[in-house]
Amino acid sequence: MVTRPPVEGARPTSLGVSFNSFFQWIGNMGPIVQIPIILLVFGAVVGILLLLIEYAPRAGTVYFWIRVIACFAIPVIAFMLLRPYQNAVIYVLAIAILLGAILFYADFRARQGRGYLFQLILFAAPAAVLLLIGLIYPAISTFFQSFFDKTGKSFVGLENYIWVFTNPEGFWSVVNSIIWVIVAPIFATVIGLAYAVFIDRAKGEKALKILIFMPFAISFVGAGIIWKFMYDYRQGDQIGLLNAIVTFFGFPPVPWLATEPLVNTLLLVVVFIWSQTGLAMVILSAAVKAVPPEQNEAAEIDGANAWQRFRNVTIPGIRSSIVVVVTTIAIGSLKIYDIVAVMTGGRANSTVLAFEMVNQQQRFQSYGHAAALAIVLFIFVIPLIWFNVVQIRKQREIR
Amino acid sequence: MTTTNLVIESNVDGRSARQVARDTRRHEKMAQKRLTSKGATIAAIAIAFFWTIPTFGLFVTSFRPGADSQTTGWWTVFTNPDFTLGNYQAALTAGGTSLTLAQSFLNSLAITIPVVAFALAVASLLAYAFAWIDFKGKNFIFIAVFALQIVPIQMALVPLLSLFSRGLTVNGVSIFPGLELRDIDHSFATVWIAHTIFALPLAVFLLHNFIAEIPSEVIEAARVDGAGHGQIFFRMILPLSAPALASFAVLEFIWVWNDLLVATIFAPSTSLPMTQSLASLSGTWGNQWFLQSAGAFITMLTPLIVFFALQRFFVRGLLAGATKG
Repeated sequence: MVTRPPVEGARPTSLGVSFNSFFQWIGNMGPIVQIPIILLVFGAVVGILLLLIEYAPRAGTVYFWIRVIACFAIPVIAFMLLRPYQNAVIYVLAIAILLGAILFYADFRARQGRGYLFQLILFAAPAAVLLLIGLIYPAISTFFQSFFDKTGKSFVGLENYIWVFTNPEGFWSVVNSIIWVIVAPIFATVIGLAYAVFIDRAKGEKALKILIFMPFAISFVGAGIIWKFMYDYRQGDQIGLLNAIVTFFGFPPVPWLATEPLVNTLLLVVVFIWSQTGLAMVILSAAVKAVPPEQNEAAEIDGANAWQRFRNVTIPGIRSSIVVVVTTIAIGSLKIYDIVAVMTGGRANSTVLAFEMVNQQQRFQSYGHAAALAIVLFIFVIPLIWFNVVQIRKQREIR
Repeated sequence: MTTTNLVIESNVDGRSARQVARDTRRHEKMAQKRLTSKGATIAAIAIAFFWTIPTFGLFVTSFRPGADSQTTGWWTVFTNPDFTLGNYQAALTAGGTSLTLAQSFLNSLAITIPVVAFALAVASLLAYAFAWIDFKGKNFIFIAVFALQIVPIQMALVPLLSLFSRGLTVNGVSIFPGLELRDIDHSFATVWIAHTIFALPLAVFLLHNFIAEIPSEVIEAARVDGAGHGQIFFRMILPLSAPALASFAVLEFIWVWNDLLVATIFAPSTSLPMTQSLASLSGTWGNQWFLQSAGAFITMLTPLIVFFALQRFFVRGLLAGATKG
């Protein structure tokens, strides 16, 4: 069994229960019935995890044996739930037992006392496994894929990257993404902050806040429909508000979403700003309220006017919140897909990196191009993250 | 803080507490009067107006008879009012694809609710480890997890999809043969997993900010009483960080509910959420505004209800998560 080459039609083996069989079983139920069942199962798993964490550091033979058994049983059960093929069972068991032994030995030797490493692993394992398979591994594999052709078989060097910057779709997706990432965070943050300050302690503040926040709760698909209606273009009587105003003043109606260059892109950015200002407003409003009022008063006594107080007291007080808001919106604007998909479908040079990537991948099955677009997108995000990392470091030093 | 030089000790001049309080109130009133100047009020009203008009227009359209809304602007209702509920009925019972909007509403619920629970549980476990367990390279790993936001969702789609469908094979040894879920009626497993993964970096970051701020005396006291990490996490951290958990739950709910891309890629055709039905509503029927508008309002109802229900946690939790440091 160990030495035999892999058999073609080998059947998967499991403990009788595997992730696959569980998901198949639950998948045959109604959507609403699934919710309590999956929550219960998940709750039980987390419960067992916490129980093991709780028992791990205790002294005594019983707890020692619980730890030993868990060290070996968890990897074995995990692999069996993954349902390996029959001819792989031996390898898989060997890997699992080896893992268990390493875990046990490392934990036994850990300086901070019994069960220390064991606890740490149990706390971090669910997130670590998910991040590994869902973000780290895909990032690495996409990086390599970007140097291969359409099918992913033959190495083409930098050809995909050259395509990104020379082909009209690729070129416009880069240009438009830059416009998005510059325009959207600035406007959303400035308007959100201005609004938060203007209505601070005003009458009916709650109601006024809800008006601006509501677009944030609307999906980009819904927002796209709302604004497509605003931008609607036709001959004769207009039903879109924007063209109704234009024709009211005697100008011919404008096909807004087909107007290039850049007009349609900016109109799409407007939709995004409209939607994200609510988020900026809520966070910044909370931050503004957290600035100690004494500081404002002191500045007032010193003779600072409203603008000077805002500039010298409020802004420094809410700096870290502004950083969080700008970064979140900037990253969101780089990853934008839905608005473009619903409103223009990337036509008339309104495409962006994140949309074009899915487009290349789904419609043209062109994985090399898609991967190169992803890497370009990735490079755009790096400065944003770097900026944030520097900020986090600074905050830690203050603490 | 750069502004500490502006802080003045409030009762150096020997005023009584009541006097100080009265003065503070007076100052606050004065400040309020100066701040809510006419210009600011007008600007705020203008912003609120521009932000509401697009939604309001579609809202009016959703109640107008179909033929009317295709030929005349929605503002004509002010002179010529004519309303119907037929659009909502039509939108709920008809759908762009094989799914009606009513069916995909259930799918949206079945996708969103478990994802919020998964993401919160997994992220808070890791956030606790970062906050209250010491280990080598903690800061570095924490920043690395935060930096994973760098990976665009789009980048992870293909590798993750192939992992789900084709499995994992190392050196010809199949460790995980893939999930066979395409033919299952309502299979949300892949969507759940994908959404949970994509939520993690931000969730860990925000929850960590909050959990790390819990006073260490509280944790120490529990430890002296004999509680281990498991009990501290379950009995103390979870209740104490409820505002942060609730506020992130609201955000995550809104994001997952409104997501189009992840669901389109990972969900089988019978398990698609409302956003997909709504998107195909515009695709297959062209611009039938009376149906699209009603559909749009049906989809936005749930996140609005969730937001209003949990609003107070939202602001409190975000305050702690975003402004502390």
